[in-house]
Amino acid sequence: MGLRTPIYELHLSAGAKMVDFGGWDMPIHYGSQIEEHHLVRNSVGVCDVSHMTVIDLSGPDSKGYLRYLLANDVEKLQSAGKALYSAMLDQTGGVLDDLIVYLTQDGYRIVVNCATREKDLAWMNDKIQAFDCKLTERPDLAILAIQGPESIQVLKDVLRKDATEGASRVAFIDQLKPFVGGFCGDWFLARTGYTGEKGIEAIVPADDAKALWQGLASAGVRAIGLGARDTLRLEAGMNLYGSDMDETVTPLESNMEITLSMDAERDFIGKQKLTEQMQAGVERQLVGLVLNQRGVLRAHYPVYSNDEWVGEITSGAFSPTLQHSIALARIKTGANDLQVEIRGKRLAVSKVNPPFARNGKQVYKQSS
Amino acid sequence: MSEYPGELKYAESHEWARVEDDGTVTVGISDHAQDSLGDVVYVELPEIGTDVSAKGEAGVVESVKAASDVYAPISGKIISVNETLEDAPETVNDSPYKQGWFFRLQPTDLTELESMLDANAYQALCDSEEH
Repeated sequence: MGLRTPIYELHLSAGAKMVDFGGWDMPIHYGSQIEEHHLVRNSVGVCDVSHMTVIDLSGPDSKGYLRYLLANDVEKLQSAGKALYSAMLDQTGGVLDDLIVYLTQDGYRIVVNCATREKDLAWMNDKIQAFDCKLTERPDLAILAIQGPESIQVLKDVLRKDATEGASRVAFIDQLKPFVGGFCGDWFLARTGYTGEKGIEAIVPADDAKALWQGLASAGVRAIGLGARDTLRLEAGMNLYGSDMDETVTPLESNMEITLSMDAERDFIGKQKLTEQMQAGVERQLVGLVLNQRGVLRAHYPVYSNDEWVGEITSGAFSPTLQHSIALARIKTGANDLQVEIRGKRLAVSKVNPPFARNGKQVYKQSS
Repeated sequence: MSEYPGELKYAESHEWARVEDDGTVTVGISDHAQDSLGDVVYVELPEIGTDVSAKGEAGVVESVKAASDVYAPISGKIISVNETLEDAPETVNDSPYKQGWFFRLQPTDLTELESMLDANAYQALCDSEEH
């Protein structure tokens, strides 16, 4: 038996197919992954992501610590609630994890992946020695991601039914801008997500998470499994840690340049290696692939340029929005005329710049 | 719960076979198989006229989860394929035993069906896989 989120029983009663996910018993789908995918693209769905790790950071040196720990710069967070996506690197520039960090009134709230929890905490606690600040893991909290074009409206309608807290939570959501979050009492609400759609991630006490889940269900909001979450993030061109990047690659090899803050005045773990790599040029890059014929691109399928092996797919799936297969692949920099080998046959693919789809529509362009 | 129609024969690799009135055999994948695969997004069917052998590869079914080979449960020549599945692969999920059939073959030796499982034995196999 794996770890269980506070929503576990509710998943079972909603007909979930449960799988092991980084040691947690999590719902992969509730009947049809594709239907769930379309719900988020076209209306709304709710996904339990309580397996993810929430860590609070407080103390006078918190900012200095994160500026040293992370490849992106928390100095960019100028007002409470602002969120930043960043990689956490080792000395060789390898990606230990990707995470979201929010500036809060008392410090920072960090959300890291579940499969990397122990490694991350060990690393973060090791690097914190020289700083006057403290990490506190928050296993008492659950996370619900309410996502889709109708998500905010529907969530507000559900919250309004709570006579005591409803009005203040609705007012709080109304003033939230995209990629901003903050505390509303003991609820942390943020306009973030992993789907490429409008949405809210609610980090709340376990009992409140159950009540919110049930409230959403009563309002007709369907549950979304981790399967649909994966195809949604892939269409949105978002990397998945452990598939698209890990310790063996740098952000420069993972289409994450935009998340690096290389200002001369700031040192951070891994910076020197990145600087060297920037000067030397990267040999591999992470690109988007589109299959313009029937078939499904999947992780680890080899990629060829004419007859030369140039890399492999890191994530691939059938895109329910685009109705053909899409993938991320790490290939030799600049390789063109690509084919993917599927069961011994080489099929031509187009190289594109992710994202593939947002707000229900194709957005990719052919890359050079 | 998955369905296991009594009039069909089943392969351990999760195909079903049905003998038609004209002596041809229709093949598809079981309800249990489609349920385990999840949403089917692509089906690769054999070419008409191909000779297939019992337990030999005769197609591929790709779902949101994985790609799986489809095997011919008995030997024969492919005489027709379900072209509906090319544009509507989800038919395999919606109707695994009827509209979601894969191909029909002219069997070389109908007695090969005898080595296939009946509904009870196949259901027992599926139940044991789940535990």
